[in-house]
Amino acid sequence: MSDSTARVARRKDMLGLRGVSREEITQILDTAAQIRRVNRRRVKKVPTLRGRTVVSAFFENSTRTRMSFDLAAKRLSADVLGFSAGSSSTKKGETLMDTARNIDAWRPDCLIIRHPSAGAPHMLAKAFDWSVINAGDGIHEHPTQALLDMLTMRDHLGTLEGRTVAIVGDVLHSRVARSNIFGLTTMGAKVVVAGPGTMCPPTLEALGVEVRHRIDEVLEDAHVVMMLRVQRERLGKAVMTEVAEYARLYGLDLDRLQRARPDVLVMHPGPINRGVEMTPDVADGERSVVLEQVSNGLAVRMALLYLLLGEDGGDGDRG
Amino acid sequence: METVRSSEVLTADELQRAIRRLALELVERLGTPDQFVLVGIVTGGEILAGQLADALEALEGTRPVVGHVDITLYRDDLYTGLEKPVLGETALPFPVSGAGIVLVDDVLFTGRTVRAAFDELWDYGRPAWIKLLVLVDRGHRELPIAADFVGRHVSTERSDRVVVDFGANGGVALQQAPEGRT
Repeated sequence: MSDSTARVARRKDMLGLRGVSREEITQILDTAAQIRRVNRRRVKKVPTLRGRTVVSAFFENSTRTRMSFDLAAKRLSADVLGFSAGSSSTKKGETLMDTARNIDAWRPDCLIIRHPSAGAPHMLAKAFDWSVINAGDGIHEHPTQALLDMLTMRDHLGTLEGRTVAIVGDVLHSRVARSNIFGLTTMGAKVVVAGPGTMCPPTLEALGVEVRHRIDEVLEDAHVVMMLRVQRERLGKAVMTEVAEYARLYGLDLDRLQRARPDVLVMHPGPINRGVEMTPDVADGERSVVLEQVSNGLAVRMALLYLLLGEDGGDGDRG
Repeated sequence: METVRSSEVLTADELQRAIRRLALELVERLGTPDQFVLVGIVTGGEILAGQLADALEALEGTRPVVGHVDITLYRDDLYTGLEKPVLGETALPFPVSGAGIVLVDDVLFTGRTVRAAFDELWDYGRPAWIKLLVLVDRGHRELPIAADFVGRHVSTERSDRVVVDFGANGGVALQQAPEGRT
């Protein structure tokens, strides 16, 4: 495998990719590329995190991210428990800190949190000594999504250095896009974004990306086209152009795909609104790596749990 | 920084001779190389298994099947607050169930690595039998594990390091640290 001998200091939390070094991202991707072999075995479980407790607290609804984290922890033999927004006591008015203090009383080793407020994971990471993994905080960051995207790109492109990634859609309100922008620019990739002016304002250039407004302007040079989900639940009517209008201007269909490189990778964080971000023949087509993204999500989350969890007594002897 | 005293245990030539002798012993006691497989423990054991396979091929005209295991995810010492070890690759290109396996490592010390390797092999299947081959047995076992084939017994202090270099100018050296472990 690729060389990850560069020694990286151990961190307690994974809150976002802003400020995470190239060496550390490489270490996480290398670890994920090895650890995913476990998922292809007959016995898809290793004893690495035996006796550790991982709590997932999803204050926003999520199916695949929560399942992916749960499965990652289970494949490493950790004990997993958690809740989703619908069943949470926040519905009864409990504050985030109170919920966290209760969880803390069970002596967990790691909390995986998704929360509608940006910064919620950071607050908990400061307040408690267990590891915190951000599974999405408001419109701020979603680091494991970006890591799985980068692993998928690296699998196909060999390296991210010098590659061009086009991100299309509501970049402004997308934590997936933000984490990808931080990670990809750190890894030396060029990021070009496109979307309606309200979703892709020129101010985004401060993040080190190029801003375009028409999808055709970004397709031609891109090694990767990442279509963002149209988040109907996150948008007021004022910002949203009509869905059909969006599909016509920014949707990816086979015609548009003709203009891209023949080896372009089509990515989507899921769940796909078929016929909006992309047509079914693109989503299921040969350039789509959407399901590889899902597999790699499991690998990246296993790698992070392995790298983050640690620290107790025990003896360091080998032999 | 205090100096580390280093003494030679085996020269590069002696190391190669030890490997040839181990290959001969394998054939004497286990039969031709098609009757067992070699599984090296990453990283030193993997290199040794490859060189043993070369020696067996030169001796018998057949090369045994060779695999390797990286035991990192099975270690019992991952939570020491130190940086996590880099994960290596496990590749077992044969059905583990029913196989006769010669587990290969460069240095046998506490026995914990071998225990971890057993656990990993069992997750791939149920071997018919496992034998253990090591280039150097340096003592200080913490588990009831013994090697079936040993290149050289070396008497060491617990804090010493045994350094194996399989290169053309390599060999086996014993490093005595002024204090502390490894």
